[in-house]
Amino acid sequence: MTGPVTGLGTLLRSFVRRDRWMVLWFTLGVTVLYWSQAVSVDGLYTTQAEFDRAAASMEGNAAFIAMTGPARALNTTGGQVTWQSTAFGAILVALMTMFLVGRHTRAEEESGRDELIRSGVVGRQAPMTAALVLSAGATALVGAGVTGSLVAYGLPTAGAVSLGLGLWLCGLAFAGIALLAAQLTSSTRAMYGITGATIGIAYGLRAIGDVGSGALSWLSPIGWYQSMHAYSGERWWPALLLVVAAATASGAAYAVFTRRDVGSGIWPARPGPDRAPVGLRSTFGLAWRLQRGSLIGWAVGLFVGGIAYGSIGDDVKSLLGDSDFANDIFGAGGPDLVDSFYGTAALMLALIATGFTISSALRPRGEENDGRVESVLATALPRSRWLESHLVITLAGTVGVVVLSGLGLGFGFALATGDTSKIGPYTWATTSLLPAVLLLAGLALLLYGALPRAASLAWLGLLFCVTVMMFGEVLQFPDWVKDVSPFEHLALVPAFSVDWASAALVLAIAAALGAAGQLAFLRRDVH
Amino acid sequence: MGNVIDIRGLHKSFGTTHALDGLDLEVAAGEVHGFLGPNGAGKSTTLRVLLGLLRADSGDVRLFDADPWRDAAALHRRLAYVPGDVTLWPNLSGGEVIDLLGRLRGGLDEKRRADLIERFELDPTKKGRSYSKGNRQKVALVAALSSDVELLLLDEPTSGLDPLMEAVFTACIDEFKNAGGTVLLSSHILAEVERLCDRVSIIRNGRNVESGTLADLRHLTRTSIRAELARTPSGLDSLHGVHDLVAEDHRVTFEVDTDRLDEAMHALGEFGIRSLTSQPPTLEELFLRHYGDEVAAQ
Repeated sequence: MTGPVTGLGTLLRSFVRRDRWMVLWFTLGVTVLYWSQAVSVDGLYTTQAEFDRAAASMEGNAAFIAMTGPARALNTTGGQVTWQSTAFGAILVALMTMFLVGRHTRAEEESGRDELIRSGVVGRQAPMTAALVLSAGATALVGAGVTGSLVAYGLPTAGAVSLGLGLWLCGLAFAGIALLAAQLTSSTRAMYGITGATIGIAYGLRAIGDVGSGALSWLSPIGWYQSMHAYSGERWWPALLLVVAAATASGAAYAVFTRRDVGSGIWPARPGPDRAPVGLRSTFGLAWRLQRGSLIGWAVGLFVGGIAYGSIGDDVKSLLGDSDFANDIFGAGGPDLVDSFYGTAALMLALIATGFTISSALRPRGEENDGRVESVLATALPRSRWLESHLVITLAGTVGVVVLSGLGLGFGFALATGDTSKIGPYTWATTSLLPAVLLLAGLALLLYGALPRAASLAWLGLLFCVTVMMFGEVLQFPDWVKDVSPFEHLALVPAFSVDWASAALVLAIAAALGAAGQLAFLRRDVH
Repeated sequence: MGNVIDIRGLHKSFGTTHALDGLDLEVAAGEVHGFLGPNGAGKSTTLRVLLGLLRADSGDVRLFDADPWRDAAALHRRLAYVPGDVTLWPNLSGGEVIDLLGRLRGGLDEKRRADLIERFELDPTKKGRSYSKGNRQKVALVAALSSDVELLLLDEPTSGLDPLMEAVFTACIDEFKNAGGTVLLSSHILAEVERLCDRVSIIRNGRNVESGTLADLRHLTRTSIRAELARTPSGLDSLHGVHDLVAEDHRVTFEVDTDRLDEAMHALGEFGIRSLTSQPPTLEELFLRHYGDEVAAQ
C-alpha cells in the first residue's frame, strides 16, 4: 500500500543519521544555556539582600528588559533563569528547526537530490512530514534537556516543565513557519532569510512590548512562551497559542505544497544582472562581494552586542554583588570596578569578533575546496593578488567590527546612563585588542598556506583563548599556558593603559605568521 | 612556428599516488590536439600543471616557451581555460561571472560575448546556484571563448551539453582554429576528438602510450569488412593480417590490418563480391586496444 507519507520511516531514519550531531550539539548548548544561568546566579550572590538589590536594579533597566524579557521574580534563581534564558533559548531552537527543515526540504529540492528520493517509492508528503517529525523530536529533546537539567539542579518542577514545554512548542511553531517559508521561494538562502527575519521580528515585537504596554508581545511566539510565567506563578494556556500557531503554519505549508510543482516556489526566483557591475570587475570586487554579507552581519551583531553590554550602565557594582567569584572574574586588583568590567566586556567582544576574523581568513580555503579558485587563477590574476584581496577584507573587516563593537559598548553605556564621555574610551578598549585578534588571523593564514587541510584548526586557537579568558583564573592555569594566548599580553583598557611594547610585539608576530602563510601559499599546489 | 606546449618527462605525485609518470606532450601552434584517456589517467593534472596551479615534481614543462609555474599570470593573458567540473558562485549571475573572468584575463570581446550567449542559448541573468550542469558549462565556455587568446585549454568541455550545443561548440572550435588558435582538448568522447582534432595523444596511468595524427594512428588499426559473395570463399583465414574471420555460406565478416587491406580485397574479388560494407577504424578501437585489458578485467 502506498499513501501520501509512504517511506516516512526510512526517510526519518536517514535524516536522524545525517543530523544527529547537530541536534546533539544544539540540545547540549541550549540545556547548558538554561542550567548555567542557575549556576552563575547562585554563585554570584551570597546573600538574599544582595540578590534583592541586584534584582531591583535589573527591573529598572529598560535596555535589559528589551534584550531578555518581562522582569518577573528576578530575586529568585528560577525567575533569573527564565528571564535570562527564554528569549535566547527560543531563538536557538527556532534556528535549529529552521536548519533542520531547510536542509531536508528546500535545500534538497534545490540541489536536485529530492528528485532522486521522489523517484523511489515515497509518498508525496513524506519528505516534508519527515522533516516536521524530525524537528518535533529534536525540539522535544531540547525541551526535555532543559526541564531535566533544571530539576536535577534542584529548581521546582513546575517551572522547569513550563520552560521545557514552552521551548518545545516554540520550536514547533517556528518549524511550521520554516516549512511554510520553504514552499514560498525556490532558493534555500531566501528561505533562511524569510525564516530568520520572522524570528527577528518575533524577538523585536516582544522587546518593544515588554518595555511598553505589553500588547505587542502577544503577537510573538517568543512572547507567548515568556507569558507562561515559569517560576512566577505558572500559567499553561499560552501554550495553546503556540500549538495553534504550529498547526496553522504547518497546515498552510501542506496546502501550498499541494498547489506547487516540486522544485519551484510560489514566488519566482529573482534574476540577477546580465552584466557585472563595475564593482565586481576585479579580484577585490569579487572578494568583497563574497564576504560582504557575512561582514555586515557580524558588524551589526557586534554593534548590538556592544550596546547590550553597555546598557548595563554603571550598576555594575550592585549587579555583581560582593562574591569572590565576581571578584575573580572582574576587577581582579583593577583600579575601578566599572572600568574593569568594561575592559572585560571589551575582551569578550574582541573574542567574538575573532570569530569573524577567522571565518574571513578561511574564506579562501572555502573557495579552493569548492573548486572555484581554478577558474580565477587560470586568468591573468597572480595568486598573490587573489589571496591579498581576501586578506584586505579580513584586515579591514576585523578593524571595522572590533571598533564597532567598542562603539556599541560606549553607545549602550550612554543610553543607560546619559554619560557620553565613555564612548571614546570604550571604543579604544576594544580597538586596543586588535593585535591579538590579528594574530589569530595570521595563524589562520599560516595554516591555510602551509596545511590547507588542517586550516580549520585555527578555530582551536580561538577556543583556547576563550578558555583562558573564561577559566584561566578560576581553574588556575599555569602562567605559561595562559601566556600562549595573545590576549593575555595586552592590557585591559580602560582599566589600564595600553602597553605599547607588548602590543607591538603581538602585532609583529601576527605579521610574521601572515607573511609565512602567504609565502607557503605561493609555493604550494592549488587544487 | 614552434610548439605552444612542450612537456617532457613530467612527474607529479600526490602523496603515494603517481598521477603523472614521465608524461610527454607536444602541441604545435595552430593545431587542435586531442588529449585522450579514461578518468584518472592524469589529463586534468596535466592541465593544472600547465596552468601553474600544480608544481611539477620533475620534468621539463614549457608553455609558450616559458615556465608555466613561474610566469603563470603573464602566460594566462594568452590562454583561456574551461575546467571539467565548473562550479560557480551561487549568488553571482552567469553574466557577472563571464564579465569577471573576462576582466581578470585582461578584457573580453563584447561582440563575441553577445554572439556566444545567443548561440549557446544561455540566460545570463540566472544565479549560479540555479544553473544546471550543462548551463554552468556554457557559462565557462562563453567566458573562455569571448576572450582574445591564442590557446584554449579545455577539460572535457562538452560534458553536460546536449547534442545541439555540442554542435555549437564544435563550430566555435573550428572558428577559433581557423583564426589561428591552438587548442588542447581533453576528452573521452572519441567522436568529438575525431571530428575536431588534428593530432591526438593517448595517455594511460600518467604516461602517453600513443601520439600522432589520426591518419598515423589509423595505420595501426584494423578495418572491419562485411561482404556477401557469389561463391563460398576459402583460404581467407590464411591471409596475413586477417583476424576474427566468420564465414557463413556466402557471407563473411572479418577484420583486417589497414595496411593489408589491398591484399584482402584482391582475395575477396576472386569469389565475386555482391555487396560490401567496410567500417573505417575508429578511435574507439584504438582506445580499446590500449585500455581493452582494463575493460575485459571489468
